[in-house]
Amino acid sequence: MLLHDTALLFDRYARQTLRSPFQIFFGALMPLLYLLLFGPLLTGLPLGTEGDSWQILVPGLLLQLGLFGASFAGFSIIMEKNWGVFDRMRVTPVSRLALLLGRVLRDAALFVFQAALLVLIALPMGLRAPLAGILIGFGFVALLSVALASLSYALALKLRTPQEFGPAINTLAMPAMLLSGLMLPMTLAPGWLDALSRLMPFRHLVDAVREAYVGHYTTPTLLYGVLVALGVAALAVTVGTRTFQKAIA
Amino acid sequence: MPIISTAGLARTFTTRSGPVEAVRGIDLTVRSGEILGLLGPNGAGKTTTLRMLTTLLPPTGGAATVAGHDLLRDPAAVRRRIGYVAQSGGLDPQETVRSELVTQGRLYGMNRARATARAEELADDLGLTELLDRRTPALSGGQRRRLDLAMGLTHRPEILFLDEPTTGLDPGSRTDLWALVRRLRDEHGTTVVLTTHYLDEADSLADRLVVVDNGTVVAEDSPAGLKAAHGAASLQDAFLAVTGRGPAPVDTTPVAV
Ligand SMILES: Nc1ncnc2c1ncn2[C@@H]1O[C@H](COP(=O)(O)OP(=O)(O)OP(=O)(O)O)[C@@H](O)[C@H]1O
Ligand SMILES: [Mg+2]
Repeated sequence: MLLHDTALLFDRYARQTLRSPFQIFFGALMPLLYLLLFGPLLTGLPLGTEGDSWQILVPGLLLQLGLFGASFAGFSIIMEKNWGVFDRMRVTPVSRLALLLGRVLRDAALFVFQAALLVLIALPMGLRAPLAGILIGFGFVALLSVALASLSYALALKLRTPQEFGPAINTLAMPAMLLSGLMLPMTLAPGWLDALSRLMPFRHLVDAVREAYVGHYTTPTLLYGVLVALGVAALAVTVGTRTFQKAIA
Repeated sequence: MPIISTAGLARTFTTRSGPVEAVRGIDLTVRSGEILGLLGPNGAGKTTTLRMLTTLLPPTGGAATVAGHDLLRDPAAVRRRIGYVAQSGGLDPQETVRSELVTQGRLYGMNRARATARAEELADDLGLTELLDRRTPALSGGQRRRLDLAMGLTHRPEILFLDEPTTGLDPGSRTDLWALVRRLRDEHGTTVVLTTHYLDEADSLADRLVVVDNGTVVAEDSPAGLKAAHGAASLQDAFLAVTGRGPAPVDTTPVAV
């Protein structure tokens, strides 16, 4: 039931995404611009970390892509509510959890695809990283997307006025991006900022992906990143499921 | 044994400007195979009542049994037995008529082959065959309404809830819909609960009428009984008498328009 329904809805949403090249490529545009126009500025700078500047920047851009893309995912449910499609599905016996998971999995697939695109473009620009590290990076993008998209859908269901959604997400996503050192490593930060950023879960994700990009797979940083990512994803899906089941009982 | 029974079903919305008592305690029984017309002025609470009976909106008071299952304890069982066509429909503008119909079947657990066959059958029944490969925004208002209806019929529900199904339909399509509703009842024993603002429709289609106003039932009878009770020649007059919005007294001063 859950599997059947999730597959069915994933299929529907994936088709909708495939029909819209705009949706597929537009999300990758912002990180791509950073890659092309900001990346070259870093190549000669001492960043105080192992690996060259591309191994620092690309992991950050991958997570930026997931962060902004997935946190705005909730918009689609606001649209569906307005069209009456959400209620029409809710009145069928379809699994409530599938209504969430079908979307979230489509989102994860979309952002991993965009991440792959970004990495492909980064290669000719000078990125060198081991294949295993790159794949680990995609794993983190998937987990981050699942977590944030779940929360985004939950928030979109909760808000009474959809106009609040965009500003609310921006207000949350911007500090999350700055505090996790996505653009530049937090090793450059003064002590207080470094300490503050450790409270931000994404910081540990980006540090972990940077480790993987320099080929360190068995370090505490990577392990810690994996645990934080799994923990956050589990928590977010739980919150998302609860909200879905309560809001749409 | 009624197929729907409610006791004190109520819904109060909390809004920034205070609580809105949309439905204030509705007692309703519907017999199996009955066509029940739910009438009432705008804002009376008809849609809110249907949204509760179809599991979409949790009641803030009262209880209900729908198709033999408790609305609150077993909403999933209720969902399998009912079909619902919302007042404002529910079509995705990114999809075609065919894919909407097929998805609907699959949401009710049919496999792809059965859902596809059922989609064609429904399209045939509702005059949508020529339109199967069109995107839904390219449908006219009436065609869209027929598609909404087809989606509500997908799984041959025991009870069909229709919220203003004929609003926006041309006279021909409206008569077709009446025929369809009668046929569902006669051939499949389907129970139909529908709301409408067209009193000729209520008169000719419904076995029994329930008039709600301000969230409560203010009258309940057959169309003929309702007219007789108010000494009214038409259902229109009876409706106006029941809802206290009788014809305005003849005013002698000229009206500035
Ligand atoms: N989500 C909501 N929040 C607050 N008030 C609501 C909400 N939904 C409906 N109402 C109010 O509840 C009352 C009943 O609304 P409902 O939609 O059930 O009326 P209706 O009988 O279907 O009217 P119509 O014939 O215009 O469709 C109205 O006063 C409406 O403004
Ligand atoms: Mg209504």
